[in-house]
Amino acid sequence: MSRFIVRRTLSAIALLFATSVVVFGIFEIIPSYNPARAIAGRNATPTTVQEVSKKFGFDKPFYVQYVNTMKLIFTGQVIDYQDDLNVVDQFKQKFPVTLSLVVPAGILWLTVSILLGSISALRVGKFSDRALMVAAILGVSIPVFLLGALLLYLFAFKLSWFPNTGYTKFGDNPWQWVYHLILPWISIAVLSIGFYSRVLRSNLLDMVNQDFVRTAKAKGLPRQAVFRHHVLRNSLMPIITMFGLDFATLLGGAALVTETIYNLPGIGQYEAQAIGNLDVPPILVGSMFTAFFVVLFGAFSDVLYALLDPRIRLTG
Amino acid sequence: MAERLLDVDDLHVTFVTEDGLVRAVDGVSFTLDRGEVVAIVGESGSGKSVTAMTLMGLTRSPNARFEGSAKLRDQELVTATEEQLEKIRGKEIAMIFQDPISSLSPVQRVGDQIVEQIRAHEKISKAAALDRTVELMERVGIPRARDRARAYPHEFSGGMRQRVMIAMALSLSPSVLIADEPTTALDVTIQAQILREISQLSDESDSGIIFVTHDLGVVADIADRVIVMYAGRVVEQGTLDQIFYDPQHPYTWGLLGSITRVDREPPHRLPAIPGQPPSLLNAPQGCHFRPRCPHAFERCLEVPPLESRVGDAPEHLDRCWLEVSDKRARREVEGRIGLADPSVAA
Repeated sequence: MSRFIVRRTLSAIALLFATSVVVFGIFEIIPSYNPARAIAGRNATPTTVQEVSKKFGFDKPFYVQYVNTMKLIFTGQVIDYQDDLNVVDQFKQKFPVTLSLVVPAGILWLTVSILLGSISALRVGKFSDRALMVAAILGVSIPVFLLGALLLYLFAFKLSWFPNTGYTKFGDNPWQWVYHLILPWISIAVLSIGFYSRVLRSNLLDMVNQDFVRTAKAKGLPRQAVFRHHVLRNSLMPIITMFGLDFATLLGGAALVTETIYNLPGIGQYEAQAIGNLDVPPILVGSMFTAFFVVLFGAFSDVLYALLDPRIRLTG
Repeated sequence: MAERLLDVDDLHVTFVTEDGLVRAVDGVSFTLDRGEVVAIVGESGSGKSVTAMTLMGLTRSPNARFEGSAKLRDQELVTATEEQLEKIRGKEIAMIFQDPISSLSPVQRVGDQIVEQIRAHEKISKAAALDRTVELMERVGIPRARDRARAYPHEFSGGMRQRVMIAMALSLSPSVLIADEPTTALDVTIQAQILREISQLSDESDSGIIFVTHDLGVVADIADRVIVMYAGRVVEQGTLDQIFYDPQHPYTWGLLGSITRVDREPPHRLPAIPGQPPSLLNAPQGCHFRPRCPHAFERCLEVPPLESRVGDAPEHLDRCWLEVSDKRARREVEGRIGLADPSVAA
């Protein structure tokens, strides 16, 4: 176990390094990109721009700039070029919003897809199975920006069942928190529900024909027990890996479309703005943030795998 | 007379496929008494496993059709509801499967898998069920059973895994034990041990055993009565001695002729039955063995009924039109029983 942790930590460091170099490098390559101009303001004179460039070290070679920026990031002093705000503070402030969006959405899509995938597999070939699988295809095909806009138009604008975007802190008013987040949760979950339930269904159908499932039946276990203890349990493995990665990227800010549509001040929205402004520090921190979660949840799902399947040993 | 456990009468199992009907089991009848071992012998695809699994309702599926009757004492199995079958499976009829590697759940401790079966049928505590599991595992010869019950299937050897399967099958002292090629996936030395284990344990518990196999050597070791199946039909059935010393059906001759015997000079080539078993989608008219049988004649286009043809042995049944005396002459090949083309032999 300790070996596993050491190995994963090393690979996390390597991944963070690679991610930061690549992201940083991209902005070296982008033509006519000059952060000094953005900082100096629209009407700045060339001299001012030059001064700013010197002050921020933009005239230094690539690797010096990279090391300086990393120093700022890891000492928590990095500021964005657009608004002169501390990026780490921004992340601290916005992360709870992203958590509020992603964690319940994750629970929602996981439970619903297990439920729908199971129903489909148990009634394979019947009408309910076919209907569910068509719905799943629709769910996978519809882009989040379209689904989000449709839900917003229908349920917030036309029917007024839900508020027209915005966010309330859980601590301020839990009911308002839920009320504001229901549509965003659904928007995020639908795609994954479609995908996960299809994958689960085919896993389940493969598993039903396994010899040990026949043994379970031959033991005289009730149908439900055979399904839950033997079929479902063995079918959930691939879902765990998928969930770990999807969940990690969403926590790292991949929900930027949903956050932007519903005007949720989370990491995704912050990142979307930073990308629009070619604001390097938030983009850099955001990428590293995502990479960190990917490694972390990759390790989580490996541990979970090993717990669920005794044949698997943690080797890192 | 021993108690009658199973009475299978004209059992048909048909699978509806896209290519047509597959008559996997086409009119099988036999009985099983307490304390008896009945072997069902045949090639792959002869319907022997389907017959055995149908008794437990394990072949049920949306595209399977069943006809005829299979009774466990007075309980009809073919038309039984799933709930009725759940009570019978594992408790009244238990099964040992061919492949002990894939037949155990890879993610549960073996002890828990046996406990699960006991607790599906009896209201006892987990601890009590585990005690019984450990006892069972000791009985089938698993050393350090208390520790091993906590191990996972992949931590066992093939032979030990099959012992776990046997312990599981015997856990509720079933009256009928179905063993579906239980030794096929094992080494020869382990085979002998497992066979001894099964026959000894069944003697102790006085259950009836259905032993499905393609291995006549195993049959000679263990069976009281033998049913020979070919392409979904029973072609011959009788006592072990009748089948081995006075076989009536050319297919049985072929099976017996293709065994290597250590007490005879080895033949140049191991005799094999020519040709392939027929596709059950498109079975030959009349006797199913006709296309491969060197003794076939016009009458074989008619299906021979399964009936007693040997005068002094009413329980010895076969499906072959040849006269008994003719059969006894034709099956002699180089001083032993075999299947040979009479025109070539002469």
